[in-house]
Amino acid sequence: MLIAVLAGLIISILFIPLGKYFKGRLSVTIALLPIGLFLYFLSFVPQIADGKTFSFHYDWIPSLGVNFDFYLDGLALLFVMLITGIGSLVFLYASPYLKGHKYLDRFYGYLSLFMASMVGLVLSDNVLLLFIFWELTSISSFFLIGFNNEQADSRKSAMIALGITGGGGFLLMAGLVLMGYLSGTYSIQAMLTSAAMLKGHALYGLILFFVFAGAFTKSAQFPFHFWLPGAMKAPTPVSAYLHSATMVKAGVYILARLFPVLGGTDYWTYPLVIVGGFTMLYAAFHSIFRTDLKGVLAYSTIAALGILVFLIGIGTKESLLAASAFVLVHALYKAALFLMTGVIDHETGTRDITRLAGLRKVMMPLAIAGLLAALSSAGLPSTFGFIGKDLIYEATLHTQGIWSMVLTALALITNVLLLYAGFLAGIKPFSGKLPEEYSHVHLPHWLMWAPPLLLGILGLVFGCFPFLIDNSLVNPAARAIANARIDASLKLWHGFNIILLLSGITLFLGTLLYLFRKPTAKGMAELARFDRFSPQTIFAKSALWTQQVATWYSNIMLNGYLRVYLRRIIVFAVLLLGYKLIVGGHIYIDWSKVSSVDIYDVVVLGILIGAIVLTVVTPSRLTAIVAMSVVGYCICLFFVFYSAPDLAITQFTIDTLTVVLFVLVLFRLPPFLNLANKRAKTIDGIVAGSFGIVISLIALQVLNGPVNHEVSEFYGDNAYKLAKGKNVVNVILVDFRGIDTMFEIVVLGIAAIGVYSLLKLRLKPSEKE
Amino acid sequence: MKSTILKTASSYLLPILLLFSVFILLRGHYYPGGGFVGGLVAAIAFVLHSFTHGTENTLKLLRTHPGSLIPVGLGLSTLSMLAPLFSDLPVMTGLWFEEPVPVIGMIGSALFFDLGVYFLVVGIVLTILFTISVYSE
Repeated sequence: MLIAVLAGLIISILFIPLGKYFKGRLSVTIALLPIGLFLYFLSFVPQIADGKTFSFHYDWIPSLGVNFDFYLDGLALLFVMLITGIGSLVFLYASPYLKGHKYLDRFYGYLSLFMASMVGLVLSDNVLLLFIFWELTSISSFFLIGFNNEQADSRKSAMIALGITGGGGFLLMAGLVLMGYLSGTYSIQAMLTSAAMLKGHALYGLILFFVFAGAFTKSAQFPFHFWLPGAMKAPTPVSAYLHSATMVKAGVYILARLFPVLGGTDYWTYPLVIVGGFTMLYAAFHSIFRTDLKGVLAYSTIAALGILVFLIGIGTKESLLAASAFVLVHALYKAALFLMTGVIDHETGTRDITRLAGLRKVMMPLAIAGLLAALSSAGLPSTFGFIGKDLIYEATLHTQGIWSMVLTALALITNVLLLYAGFLAGIKPFSGKLPEEYSHVHLPHWLMWAPPLLLGILGLVFGCFPFLIDNSLVNPAARAIANARIDASLKLWHGFNIILLLSGITLFLGTLLYLFRKPTAKGMAELARFDRFSPQTIFAKSALWTQQVATWYSNIMLNGYLRVYLRRIIVFAVLLLGYKLIVGGHIYIDWSKVSSVDIYDVVVLGILIGAIVLTVVTPSRLTAIVAMSVVGYCICLFFVFYSAPDLAITQFTIDTLTVVLFVLVLFRLPPFLNLANKRAKTIDGIVAGSFGIVISLIALQVLNGPVNHEVSEFYGDNAYKLAKGKNVVNVILVDFRGIDTMFEIVVLGIAAIGVYSLLKLRLKPSEKE
Repeated sequence: MKSTILKTASSYLLPILLLFSVFILLRGHYYPGGGFVGGLVAAIAFVLHSFTHGTENTLKLLRTHPGSLIPVGLGLSTLSMLAPLFSDLPVMTGLWFEEPVPVIGMIGSALFFDLGVYFLVVGIVLTILFTISVYSE
């Protein structure tokens, strides 16, 4: 299991050295990875259908409670089948789609990384592990959206997507940690036992807020929805895979996964129903105004995600069953539509609906795929979409009181609009007269039209023979969400009842809308007037403001003068330490604890003071440096007097090297120019003097405190016993605190590399600004 | 620098100082000294040589770029840090040979750790100083 989860990660790492061999024809072979995983997880289906679940445990960081804990139940299985199944098709599809692209290997690397993190996400039982995979999906999505990194648009969209999903992930982590802290475990399955406690806890609202924020940002719910249409800048296989079928459903997944732990209360239901309901209406309404095929699909995807959130919010058994089925329905038809759009874009070079028509004459198999997907999205009887739609209506009708009418009406309107959007994407480009300019268009490589066709056919097969999946995938998933027994069998025919009537009305209204409303660019323009109030504009504005504030702050704080930085740092330290000294009580110096002064102390001190004075007043740089080194050597002598020989030798050598360094740098500079005026010198003098006074006071103050010898005694006693060394300082450095030393030398190495690369990097004149 | 006395002296001082630096490194476990100081002394020896003979000649003497000592040192320290893992002990456990070696004394993983620090310090000091000196010429 661990290998299955990590396989994608390993492959993506192997791609760094080996990727160049997979740019050509071999690229198709990478699809063996998702296909293999698909078959592996397929083997679990019969046992999961029987109600079994599987737990896997591998230690990772047991001391922090982070372990590879995987849990495979119906919900995880449904998602993992989607991820690997659609992943297989997308991997195959991308090979001809991006044929000859110079970064094809990189693309597959990102895609494998994404698939692995998604598989890990849905299988994780440990919430911290889940969070790690969650972030990995955001990051791999960032790379995939920005894949065409020469385009400023792509880069910007990638940034927005990362900003929104990353910010949401941050909040989600807060929620998960809070849950883990309160329930005392990081395993979701173990949290089930403390579900009642969590729901009654004072922090329950806060947990919900965090979790919802994570789910809404990831699943593009209003007002965070706008990153998803932007993410359509990615190559189409990515849109099909990440931004319709899998990643955006991660938010839905986390809500479903946490439903047994957190769900079922009013605090759970209302926000989800309101946000989900609003999102589905808003996005469905928006989708019909788009003229870009991918735009239509993006907004209808947001609407579908809204439906899912809405259904999980309602939280009855019917609605959870509907959600499980709809995840599958939507993934099948939306991935098919996206892949189909990719082919159209690839062959005709446009995605503008108003220009596309009659393509069935040149791309028949694709037209069939589009038709099947559109019909499934419309919910025509005998398609899988019909069953999904039935379940949604059943769920909304069976809620209590007057809400059932409202919710059903909401669902009805959304479905009508979605049906229109589906027809627009799946049927419109293929019907009517073929424009002259597209007559030369031909069918692409079979790997590009077969995947959407297969998905379309699957939609039809599952619709006609629902027994294929009801007990194996949909029911176990619903059971896992509800944490209760659900044994509804999916049926194509329910008899004449109100649900059938609603489905009929949906079909009728949607078809009418499709027949009478033609997509124009005018609608878009009308809609653009409201852009001023859209969340996207607000987000962009606030990003701009942040940038402005940051620029303003940097200009003030980082003006490029080292002397200003130093002065600021020292003044800040003086103020802080001085404040603490004054607030910390009266300043009292116990002169009796100060050791007696010998004659050599006085002599060295005299030299020291003389050197300092010389440093300040000399007009020559070299003299100043030499005088400074005298100061350093005097301090070394003090170390020797007070028995710190190790410190003394180190200081001595360092001082020598510092002088050498200074000489090397300053040797070539012109002689001292008197740049500082009297005022600047006075200020520097005051700063330096006060810093000296504060530090001296602190040093003298320290003598007052009780001295704790425990640590030094331990080292003194054990240096020889445990580490076989007599020099305690050295034993501490190489043994007791060896890890510190290790990291210090790493830092030193980095500093050396930094100096080296800064100085070696001499820009050519043409590269300079 | 044109001083003949210094030039002649530095040719002899280089091996002596290097020997001294090794001495400091080895005695570190019992008396003041250790890898860090030893490394600094060795670096000073080369710097002195470069002052009198020119940086190019010192680099020739070293045969490799001093920067390559950085990974050597880091690798040595890391290895001696991780070595106890092979005998199922926690990282950084001191491993010691049973018998003392003549002249050097007890040999353990701490000595190799210190040796790594020594090489690293020589590497970084010389890298920084030589880069700057070449740059400022």
